[in-house]
Amino acid sequence: MSFDVSAIFQVAGIGLIMAMIHTILKQAGKEEYAFWAGLVGFVVVLLMVAKMINDLFQEIQRVFLFH
Amino acid sequence: MDMIQIVGIGLMTTILAVILREQKPQFAFLLVTIVGLFIFLFLLDKIVQIIDLIRQLAQRTELNNIFLETILKIIGIAYIAEFGAQIARDAGEEGIGAKIELAGKVFILVMAIPIISIIVETVLKLLPI
Repeated sequence: MSFDVSAIFQVAGIGLIMAMIHTILKQAGKEEYAFWAGLVGFVVVLLMVAKMINDLFQEIQRVFLFH
Repeated sequence: MDMIQIVGIGLMTTILAVILREQKPQFAFLLVTIVGLFIFLFLLDKIVQIIDLIRQLAQRTELNNIFLETILKIIGIAYIAEFGAQIARDAGEEGIGAKIELAGKVFILVMAIPIISIIVETVLKLLPI
């Protein structure tokens, strides 16, 4: 199984950019937009993670003979 | 070398998570989850080799196939339970982690019921009553 390390950097990058957007929106006085932007970013990354966890579980089921 | 790769990824993630935790703790958690997942996927490849070895040994001894399948399933349950419990612990949910481990132990015992009953029957046959 070749794992792409780029996903790690992707998540870290999205996190940092989200922190930046949060700060900028807060400075501009748009508190609620800052909150929603953070939430959307979190959900996007969460979808990525959920897909990967699905892959892992499929693989485990294949290896350890669960049917 | 694989070990150096894993340690490198672990250290890199630790640094990224330390940076990210101050800004956005939830993203740091997702990052740690992804890396744990990668390492587990990586180890799964190695475990396949070990399982192949165990299969070969079992074929030579002409062991009942049910035993081997049960053992593999038990290892799989332990693997998944460990993964889930570690993620829950990383997020600071000590209780959820402990409960996942409890569920893993119970399921392992349930899986082992046929083997245990066979052992008991064999022992009873050996005993001169």
